[in-house]
Amino acid sequence: MMTQDVWEVIWLSLQVTTVSVAIGMLAGIPTGTLLGLYSFRGKRIVVALIYTCMGLPPVLVGVVVYLLLSRYGPLGALGLLFTPEAMIIAQVVLVTPILAGLTMSAVQAKERTYWETAKSLGASPVQMMITIVREARGGIWSGVAAAYGRAISEVGAVMLVGGNIEHHTRVMTTAIILETRTGNFTAGLQLGLVLLALSFLFNSFLMAGVLNQMKSRRR
Amino acid sequence: MNRVEVRNLEVTYGNRTVLALDRVVFERGGFYGIVGPSGAGKSTLLRVINLLEKPVSGQLHLFGEEVDLSTLSYAKGMPLQRQMGFVAQKPSMFQASVYDNVALGLRYRKRNRVQIQALVQEALDLVELSHLSDQRAHTLSGGEAQRVALARTLVCEPSLLLLDEPTASLDPYNISIFERVIQTIHRQKHTTILMITHNLPQARRLAQTCLFVNNGRIVERADTEAFFHHPHCTELADFISGRMIC
Repeated sequence: MMTQDVWEVIWLSLQVTTVSVAIGMLAGIPTGTLLGLYSFRGKRIVVALIYTCMGLPPVLVGVVVYLLLSRYGPLGALGLLFTPEAMIIAQVVLVTPILAGLTMSAVQAKERTYWETAKSLGASPVQMMITIVREARGGIWSGVAAAYGRAISEVGAVMLVGGNIEHHTRVMTTAIILETRTGNFTAGLQLGLVLLALSFLFNSFLMAGVLNQMKSRRR
Repeated sequence: MNRVEVRNLEVTYGNRTVLALDRVVFERGGFYGIVGPSGAGKSTLLRVINLLEKPVSGQLHLFGEEVDLSTLSYAKGMPLQRQMGFVAQKPSMFQASVYDNVALGLRYRKRNRVQIQALVQEALDLVELSHLSDQRAHTLSGGEAQRVALARTLVCEPSLLLLDEPTASLDPYNISIFERVIQTIHRQKHTTILMITHNLPQARRLAQTCLFVNNGRIVERADTEAFFHHPHCTELADFISGRMIC
């Protein structure tokens, strides 16, 4: 691959992953917060579904999104199949349950301690939710790191709905598959190392915040 | 109008009734000590008054406002909640500075920055912790954290202060500061104070009226001197003398 192609692939990977995780955060963090804070009839089933979806097989997600977006599918008229948008949709489906599930666990861990304190201090329901989320932010950031790791290293779904089209939907993981299939193991390994480095950088950035909080909690 | 009154209160955990009171009245500006064995229902009473637990039935009359505790929603209870302050035995500090912890209740009430600064400073002065204002609250000792929790509650100027064994795990130095502060607040602002304590000398030192709670009932209530010197019921006499009770 030419250097310019490599940058293009890296840039698209980052774009697709970041947008997917951002959308997943918008949906998953409030959902997880509400599930962590409130009890309701049927909550156990919802929680079981979320935990199940945290381990969704990417290929299955790819097939379902493919069928939805294919020409004769219910969303076929949008013409999204084999576009970066289709890849984002598939990844949002994969990362949202992770963000919701890990946010719920983080909020539940803090809820017991801080709910009463915040309520006693006169917090409104919305202020309460914001306070608990702030207290649980270390756990929530861990969820974001896990979701980002899942999205950037995902290959099955993006291959199916993106099609690995050069200069259009080729991302790092699908490029690695292509290079390996054509016998270009060196390029495949190099891209793999870049992927690893990006994952490391992103997680280091997030963990720095988490560790800072842990340090501040110590006596 | 000038009272806190709880009527027809029943709290159950499963099939067990942990609190059953026909009527209990606390006059505005009074300092009430609540004593009794563990599991008697003292904390439950304070938690129900502070709207932290929902009873099976019960009405709360708080300085002129009356609500049904069993059906009261979070949002509708909020104005009442903001008239009360609650300090638990173990303080939970938020992951923020001491200043931000104390300011939290004022921020919930949307007070402006200048007011918050002045009030927080005053509250920290009162508990003698102004020098720790910028410190992370999680790094405080237990005694300091409890004093911050008291400042955090008092800064909102509650009409009713509920204290659930607040000095149970404090050393004598911190206890003396804590007691001095609540006495000052009671004297200067006429705050109504309900304080649960297992420390009988502390109840004698601070409270004007004492209540003895056992098996979910208020067994005896009297002025502090009469309460300790001339208990009417044998349960209280046994409790005071240390012979009590299971």
